[in-house]
Amino acid sequence: MSTLSFIYENMDRVLYLTWEHIWIVGLSLLIAMIIGVPLGVLITKYENLAQRVLNTANVLMTIPSIALFGIMLPILAFMGFGLGKFPAVIALVLYSQLPIIRNTYTAILNVPPEVADAGKGMGMSQWHLLKEVEIPIAVPIILAGLRTAAVMNIGIAAIAAYIGAGGLGVLISQGISRTYEEMIIAGAVLVSILAIIVDGAMALLERWVTPRGIKVQRK
Amino acid sequence: MKLFFGNVYRLFLIIALLAAGIMAERTGLVHYLSDPYEYPYILSRIWEHIYIVVNSMSIATVIGIAAGILLTRSRFKRYAGIVMYVISLGQTIPSLAVLALAMSFLGIGSGPAVFALTIYSILPIARNTLAGITNVPPHMIDAARGMGMPPGRILLEIEIPNAMKIMLTGFRIALVINIGTVALAYLIGAGGMGDLIFTGIEVMMTHKLLAGAIPVTIMALVADSFCGLLEVLLVSKGLRLNG
Repeated sequence: MSTLSFIYENMDRVLYLTWEHIWIVGLSLLIAMIIGVPLGVLITKYENLAQRVLNTANVLMTIPSIALFGIMLPILAFMGFGLGKFPAVIALVLYSQLPIIRNTYTAILNVPPEVADAGKGMGMSQWHLLKEVEIPIAVPIILAGLRTAAVMNIGIAAIAAYIGAGGLGVLISQGISRTYEEMIIAGAVLVSILAIIVDGAMALLERWVTPRGIKVQRK
Repeated sequence: MKLFFGNVYRLFLIIALLAAGIMAERTGLVHYLSDPYEYPYILSRIWEHIYIVVNSMSIATVIGIAAGILLTRSRFKRYAGIVMYVISLGQTIPSLAVLALAMSFLGIGSGPAVFALTIYSILPIARNTLAGITNVPPHMIDAARGMGMPPGRILLEIEIPNAMKIMLTGFRIALVINIGTVALAYLIGAGGMGDLIFTGIEVMMTHKLLAGAIPVTIMALVADSFCGLLEVLLVSKGLRLNG
């Protein structure tokens, strides 16, 4: 109850922090998508590059988030970006790479060969085939990768409050250092709710962008 | 073209390694680690970290596998869908939030941290155990039943060996997340490598921060490849040939 009244009394700040959180995650997801999707498409064409790229992304994913912030700090400090939103966005972009690249890669590899052949038979060039056949079929799976990345990034962005990135993690970090229980619970619950809502919204989006033909096939 | 990419990749790795070495020297990390007064402190933090990881992971593995197996038994099968849903909901909750909630209800110290980490690690293990056993081809179980095996032997000799690969994936995910989350457990007073990292960030001592961040990273990578080794040891030969 007191948590609710805390949120109510500090509505402006809570809303601003939520907005900041969404902004960081959204921006990093956008950048990650711009890098990850073309890379995923590219490695379907160069097979022996694929294993290397996926392994590198896997290693990046294995690094604990706070350790990655720590390792990046002195490197970026040379350029004057050690703390704040900049390193947070870079870390989030790096973490998103594995789900995005892996899903793009498997989605395009799993396009039924007869469909690709039909496209070729109609005289499509490779670029045309990619644009008209492979990517539309792969989109739902690519979006599933983005969904995984988004949920994960919301959690990591909460940790990024400790390197001064702002967002809802601020409520948790300040609450812990002040032993202000309502503040901690408000932060933790709001971050969790944000993650659950984004997860659900992406699931809806996934259903929405699935081409009608594929939906029919699944039934 | 392919050879070119391979060479670029190798060159990139070597340059990154060199840069890391130069950075370690420049930031004073080498000096800090060789300080006779500092490294017992770092070692004790590493032990604390490993202690929490081992404690929470062993409890989580036992409970997770037991829960996963129980939910595939015919008596509890109808709850599997609901439990799966709850688990996937639980997994969307960020790790920092789980730790923060544990702290606000249970107080500070390593006890609440171990509790929160155990709960958080049970999720992927239980989920993958459930998925692994559910995915065992039914004709195999039928064959075993036809040979007159009792349910206990079917579980031990057919279901678990066939599900082992997926179960190990769950264990690997749980372990890697666990190691990363223990680094955050410092915030609720459980110690561990997070001590060095967070203190290093707060007072801007790069060498201290790296002395925490690099071992945690190595620990996570080693744990990841250790799970790869476990897979070679535990997954039966015939299944590995297929996969």
